[in-house]
Amino acid sequence: MTMLRESQIMKIHYITGIAALLVVAVHIMMRLIMPYSMSLGYENVIANYHNIPYVVLLESILVLIAIHGFNGLRIILLELRQSKAWEDGVTILTIAAMMGVIAYGTRTIIVANGLGFE
Amino acid sequence: MEIDRNNREGLKGWLNPGRYGWERVSYWLQRLTGVGLLAYFVGHIYETSSLTQGPDAWAAMLELTQTPMGHLILILVIGMSTYHSVNGIRLIFTHGGKGLGKPGRPDYPYDAVSLNYRQKSGIWIALILAAAAMLYGASVLFGGE
Amino acid sequence: MTEQIIEKIEKIEKKHHKKETIRSSVVLKVYRANRLAGEPGRYERIEVPVQRWTTVLDALLHAKAYKDPSIAIRYSCRMASCGSCGMEINGIPRLACYTKVSELEGSTITVEPLANFPHMRDLVTDFSQFFDHHRDMQPYVQNEHADIKDREKLSEFMQSPEDLDRFLQFSYCIKCGLCYSACPTVATDTKFPGPQALSQAYRYFIDNRDAAGKERMNIVDERHGIWRCHFAGSCSSVCPKGVDPALGIQLLRGHLLGFSKNEKKIADLQERLKRD
Repeated sequence: MTMLRESQIMKIHYITGIAALLVVAVHIMMRLIMPYSMSLGYENVIANYHNIPYVVLLESILVLIAIHGFNGLRIILLELRQSKAWEDGVTILTIAAMMGVIAYGTRTIIVANGLGFE
Repeated sequence: MEIDRNNREGLKGWLNPGRYGWERVSYWLQRLTGVGLLAYFVGHIYETSSLTQGPDAWAAMLELTQTPMGHLILILVIGMSTYHSVNGIRLIFTHGGKGLGKPGRPDYPYDAVSLNYRQKSGIWIALILAAAAMLYGASVLFGGE
Repeated sequence: MTEQIIEKIEKIEKKHHKKETIRSSVVLKVYRANRLAGEPGRYERIEVPVQRWTTVLDALLHAKAYKDPSIAIRYSCRMASCGSCGMEINGIPRLACYTKVSELEGSTITVEPLANFPHMRDLVTDFSQFFDHHRDMQPYVQNEHADIKDREKLSEFMQSPEDLDRFLQFSYCIKCGLCYSACPTVATDTKFPGPQALSQAYRYFIDNRDAAGKERMNIVDERHGIWRCHFAGSCSSVCPKGVDPALGIQLLRGHLLGFSKNEKKIADLQERLKRD
């Protein structure tokens, strides 16, 4: 895998930030189209997961925030300590954490999409 | 080049962000809210995964999170995400050199043109919007709809 | 004319609400330590007489002359031109010769060595790493057409006042190190070049006599390069010469991000004098 230049990584960081802002805003608004406590009912939540455009929205939030957030963490950790072992470790762990969270969240989306109503 | 950590302020320097002005405070808050939001994000992904275990597991998770403490944390998250987003937009512009003014011929008292009120007001707008969002969030969560 | 200038300065000082604390004496709380001899640090309190215009450097030199000659201080021009007397005064990096005692509050003034520089003795720090970072930026005009070896013709780069204004303020840097001391990234990242080096990278990048723009962008486009600046602005807030390093860094980043165009018209070289 070719390593990205730092400028390319930062461009991704900025773009994912802006894109995440837009999709998260829609996600939050979905919680406000009905009374808040009602929106958290099991049936209503599962209904969301049956709505394909909303599922696409959730998956994009997952990917964008995971990339933006874990890259941000990588930057903070890289600034704290500078040795080859630490830098390589931080890079590998944050990429692994990113992929792990995306995988776990995608699993939730796929399983919930397949669930019926009570 | 030998790496020397001697006499670096380190994390201790983070404890006093107010001595250098608003931009330093906004840098400190951007980091704090970023880490806080990442922690919330991971927790939220775990929290929503209880859906896959059926309605009982989901109800148990709601019992854990839909409490006054849970609401307070959510209000904090609302504030953090609003501040981080609005300040982030300000940073995208300033990192690209926009809104910072032009280089020229400095004269007494040598005020830095980049630390102007135009980009500084972005910090204040971010803080005000975060406070407003937190108030709105509190009204929804504690308002008892 | 003089009256107009005095009026202008009075207006600016009024705008900045410069408060003066007039005292007849002040206590200097000076950090003392000899790292090379392995001595631990301690604070020493020295009372010195002051007048309205006494600077912190004047006070330190009085302490050194009449109270304790062993205080190690670096200074030279005493007029904010050489950048030697940088130190932390009441927790903020300042030039001692440029900071009047009357503009500081409280009866005690704490004087410490600049943070983020390896400490040598008392108020003296090691600037080698700082200068190394500067050298890494290749701080000289690079243009293969400049006829520095051919002495038969004398030519000059045709640079307009507008071209000059693009980099002039960054060339006023006196390498005092105050910005490096104030920077939160330098506080933890040993590989980060610091605001001084990065603003000098911009100074040469934007100079239209320099033709090495692409190479300069490659130098700063590193994991611990320009991207570790987060515009905390502390560098610009402490700079005594109005260099505004934060501006230079963000403008350079604008070129890297594509916010600003990278095509630069290199200054024409014109022959001025021909010798037989």
